[in-house]
Amino acid sequence: MAVVTVERKPLSFLERTYLPNIAAGLATTFKRMVQPAETLEYPEQRPAIPAGYRGVPTLVYDPNGREKCVSCQLCEFVCPPKAIRITPGEIAHDDANAHVEKRPEEFKIDMLRCIYCGLCQEVCPEEAIWLQNQYSMTGYTREEMVNDKKRLYELGGTLPDAHHKWDKKKAAEEAAAHGGAHH
Amino acid sequence: MFDFYFELPLLLRLLLQGTVVILALFPLAAACSMAERKISAWIQGRPGPNRTKPPIAGFLAPLGLVASIPVLGTLLQKFGIFQLAADGGKFTFKEDPVPGHVNKFYFILAPIASMIPALSTVAFVPFGAYFNAADELVPVALAHVDVGLLAVFALGSLGVYSLILAGWASNSKYPFLGGVRASAQLISYELSMTLSVLPVFLWVNAPGGQGTLSLFDVVQSQSQPGFWGGTWYVMTMPVSAFIFLIALFAETNRQPFDMPESEADLVGGFHTEYGAFKWSLFFVAEYAHMIVGSGIFCLLFLGGWNPLPWVSLADTIHALAHILPCVATPLFMALIAIGIFLGKVGFFIFFFMWVRWTLPRFRYDQVMTLGWKKLLPLSIANLIVYALGIAWLQTR
Amino acid sequence: MSDLLFHLFALLVVACALGVVFNKNAVASALCFLLSLVGVAGLFVLLDAFLLAVLLVLVYAGAVVALFLFIIMLLDMQGGDRKRFTKSTILSSTVAAGLLVTGLVSFATHGLVETADPATVKIVGSSLRAYAEQLFTVYLLPVQIVGFLLLIAMLGVIVLSKKFEGLEDVK
Repeated sequence: MAVVTVERKPLSFLERTYLPNIAAGLATTFKRMVQPAETLEYPEQRPAIPAGYRGVPTLVYDPNGREKCVSCQLCEFVCPPKAIRITPGEIAHDDANAHVEKRPEEFKIDMLRCIYCGLCQEVCPEEAIWLQNQYSMTGYTREEMVNDKKRLYELGGTLPDAHHKWDKKKAAEEAAAHGGAHH
Repeated sequence: MFDFYFELPLLLRLLLQGTVVILALFPLAAACSMAERKISAWIQGRPGPNRTKPPIAGFLAPLGLVASIPVLGTLLQKFGIFQLAADGGKFTFKEDPVPGHVNKFYFILAPIASMIPALSTVAFVPFGAYFNAADELVPVALAHVDVGLLAVFALGSLGVYSLILAGWASNSKYPFLGGVRASAQLISYELSMTLSVLPVFLWVNAPGGQGTLSLFDVVQSQSQPGFWGGTWYVMTMPVSAFIFLIALFAETNRQPFDMPESEADLVGGFHTEYGAFKWSLFFVAEYAHMIVGSGIFCLLFLGGWNPLPWVSLADTIHALAHILPCVATPLFMALIAIGIFLGKVGFFIFFFMWVRWTLPRFRYDQVMTLGWKKLLPLSIANLIVYALGIAWLQTR
Repeated sequence: MSDLLFHLFALLVVACALGVVFNKNAVASALCFLLSLVGVAGLFVLLDAFLLAVLLVLVYAGAVVALFLFIIMLLDMQGGDRKRFTKSTILSSTVAAGLLVTGLVSFATHGLVETADPATVKIVGSSLRAYAEQLFTVYLLPVQIVGFLLLIAMLGVIVLSKKFEGLEDVK
């Protein structure tokens, strides 16, 4: 490509005095001064969180109040900073959700390690772990910064579920058992 | 009502007046620092410091009570007044370390020396005027002397020593460079500054009159009846005013001339090694210089305490006295005059800050070129033109 | 009161002047000089010569000593070894001191100060107008001569310190 040398225009006398430009600058800053501030007054005003925001990872219940997590530990394996520790546990036979078989006995996410990458949410087959809108995690000790199961569910709450796959499975099993009786 | 005051011994009265002015100047300078933060915030689209609020409990309870007054308290909080108090408290009480490598005596002397010109120049600035019993206009000033302006310049020029001393005593590279820059810059711009005010005094000291350098007389000559008597000198001598203003920026180390402390290349300049109370003294001195400098500019070029061009304070008071007789009493009149004067000074302080948050800093060689090659010849040419013009006008 | 102040200022001036001479640190010397000038200005004020006092502070304390300091700092002078007095130094300093003393003594004995009317002296020192009149009438020639002396000194400094590289061709 050819290089085009642009002749630099010589400055006019007024430009060399800086004065018109200083006046223009002053006008600009004055306009800015009378405009309202752009700042968000943080604790009182909160920023609008866009959809798909990756905040603090949380565990959620399904609309029926069942823990969605089945402690398959995929998130624990995929977690790049190894922030997640899961102690799997069995669901008792007399429980209403006994057909799900497993749930976490303890679920810990160390928020000092978490990098908010969202891989846990990506990998979860049960859509049980969600990076939600909460963006501010604070604490005075390292222990406080480790979210245990109870806290994770508190943060997560309940999310709507389109599939209810375990309910369908239970219904299908029951239907099969019923149908089998008929056969 | 105030007779008892005038019966006090002269020395005591002067002492009281001096204390009052200094006590007023210190918080004013502090308020300037808050104004600076607020104005910079507004220009940058921020609200600025608006949160600090003293607790009602503990030793801050009085302040806390003020803060809890419904509208006033919120307003004070919004304007950062409590932040100011907190900063003041911090600067006073925090640990004030003296680095091990400094020249201790001069290191401590420098901030103290900075207060001498900062607080003494104000003695020669008339703030306002009032009619005494004999219906003569009397200036409100600590020291009404004939050499007023020269005295201000003389004392103000001592301000450079604190910067030099601070830079040198810090025994460290950047403060040293800051001190050297300060001394060169302040001396350079002092010349243009002094030359730029000469036309004003050539005009004021018409042949036959008593020669004077008094700031009060300058204001008086701007409040005469008639078209030419009532014009402010900024209109008849715009170039002088312009040069004086630029030199003022340079003399007070304000942006775009804040070479001695340019944080981009010198960390903090001459006060890099200072902290806490000593640092705040430099700060107060800088703002005090600004206040006094703006005051001088208003007196010389903006008609001092006259509310508008062609409208002198005396006329205003006479007109107002028809409606409100109490206005004509010395106290009220002095307060009105001081109010008008401080209003103008306040605008200039604002202008200083406005410019600071608009313009980038000059390079040091540009500062020197501007001072010696542009401003000085311009001020000399200005002086010659006005000297010839005034000679022609006054001998006609 | 005035007497007391005079003694105070006089003491300040003399002590600081001694400090200028005997201080090993150049910066401290310059600062002593500054204080000494301030003391002299104070003495002028006691004589009601406000204008002189202010001019002294403005020109000497404000600018000249600041320049001294500037140069001292720029050259970063360390005390260094003290030079031995050579014979020519001793001779020239003796002559200079002798001239100074002779001048002062003749000035004092001839009573030039006494002949002037104290009232007019006072006016010249304090009033701007009287001062200017004296400066531009009686003392016009001395002022001009002193000015030229300074100018010559300045030109000499420029010639001595500046390298005239362009002039090589001219030769």
